[in-house]
Amino acid sequence: MVVKPLTGNYAVAWAVKLAKVKVIAAYPITPQTTIVEKLSEFAERGLLDAKVIRVDSEFSALAATWGAAAGGVRAFTATSSHGLLYMHEVVWWVAGSRIPLVMAIVTRTIGPPWNIWTDHSDIMDQRDTGWIIMMAEHNQEVLDSVIQLYRITEDPRVYLPGIVGLDAFILSHTTEPVDIPPQELVDSYLPPRRQPYVMTIKEPLIMGNIPADLKWNMKMRWDIHASLIRAKEVIEEADREWYKLTGRSYGGLIECYKCDDAKTYIIGMGAWVGDMRDAVDRLRDEGYDVGLIKVRFIRPFPDDKIASVVKNAKLCIVFDRSISAGSAGPLFLDVASHIHRYGINVPVVNVLAGLTGLDVTSNEIAYVVKKIYDSFEKGELRNNIVWYFGGDELWW
Amino acid sequence: MSEYVKYLPLAKPKIGVAGKTGSWRTEKPIYDPSKCIKCDLCWLHCPEGTIDVGVSENGYVRIDYDYCKGCGICANVCPVKAISMVPER
Repeated sequence: MVVKPLTGNYAVAWAVKLAKVKVIAAYPITPQTTIVEKLSEFAERGLLDAKVIRVDSEFSALAATWGAAAGGVRAFTATSSHGLLYMHEVVWWVAGSRIPLVMAIVTRTIGPPWNIWTDHSDIMDQRDTGWIIMMAEHNQEVLDSVIQLYRITEDPRVYLPGIVGLDAFILSHTTEPVDIPPQELVDSYLPPRRQPYVMTIKEPLIMGNIPADLKWNMKMRWDIHASLIRAKEVIEEADREWYKLTGRSYGGLIECYKCDDAKTYIIGMGAWVGDMRDAVDRLRDEGYDVGLIKVRFIRPFPDDKIASVVKNAKLCIVFDRSISAGSAGPLFLDVASHIHRYGINVPVVNVLAGLTGLDVTSNEIAYVVKKIYDSFEKGELRNNIVWYFGGDELWW
Repeated sequence: MSEYVKYLPLAKPKIGVAGKTGSWRTEKPIYDPSKCIKCDLCWLHCPEGTIDVGVSENGYVRIDYDYCKGCGICANVCPVKAISMVPER
């Protein structure tokens, strides 16, 4: 076992190296840049047998990564925020083509105004594209998840690309001790590259031509959806197998913290889940019956998992770090609508916090939960979509 | 392919899947073998793959008029103007 102090971005780079990725194409954008800088260094020093393609834009970065993957090799790219939006069309093409590859998104606020700090607007913008999308809580999970995603995306039950999200600076530029598994361990965990078809010059294929039959076209959309639903079991398997090899499990799709005897659930995704754990500890000390559900995968959405945890709850509080303006936070929308599908009638409150990179401490999370909990108990909850700007500034 | 993933946006290219697209032409490329320098640029640029080179009994370039849509790129890239576009009637 080798433990190194790694930033979240370097943890991504190490995982890509361990996955023996053959082609990397990327365009620099803060806060993602140091991922591909590190990978270029690995390649230059002969530690990674990969071709690093420098391109003119993020659109080209994903297109080149995709082309390499379609040609039969493991490929990787990374981006953030405006770069991700610039490649958004290709994001759809990759999923539609069913070619597996992995992308890291270092989540960053979208302008205007220019802002490099984390929120989840950019990654949440991708959730209808057909990709597998997850977010990590800490740097060890970042490294483990990138490796896991190569296994998940290349599984014949799935054959879809995948995104590993990590919060800008909170993870990307913060150093934590990270266990780097030995190469033989990763080799035994990752099967050789598999994909639904390989583009070669000898046997030409046309991908994505205008369909003669629109029913067939709609069935492609169905197939992507069905594959994502099937991916849930593949994700759980990948987590279990990883646990056997490393002793580390993240619960697969969701992770529960102090859920067993809880009646009130905090639900969140990303790095601030670590702060939510502290908030739960503090609230428990004060007698609150709270537990925490960490949503690891937003796509496929762990509807059944969350429903089975909260079915006897009295209150759920979902923290969103982005908003679908004019509606509500996307995580809240998924939680509320899916538990309803399972016939569960638990009040769900949405807290919009930490948008535009506004820092949110564990103290502040505890403060907000208490405010909502107390007003709920008194029957005084005025609105179930609340905005929190830090300190005592809570807009109901 | 996979036993799970059944609906893929794939097709095998073959000649004439969209019918005889040559009927779409408004201008026809006419090749003059006496000017041709056999540079292959028309072959390289044809977006429809309707130009063959080195196989024609009539000089060097052969154009497949069943599928040539008459875009004129071959005439445009020819450095010696060995291909000219003539209106279809």
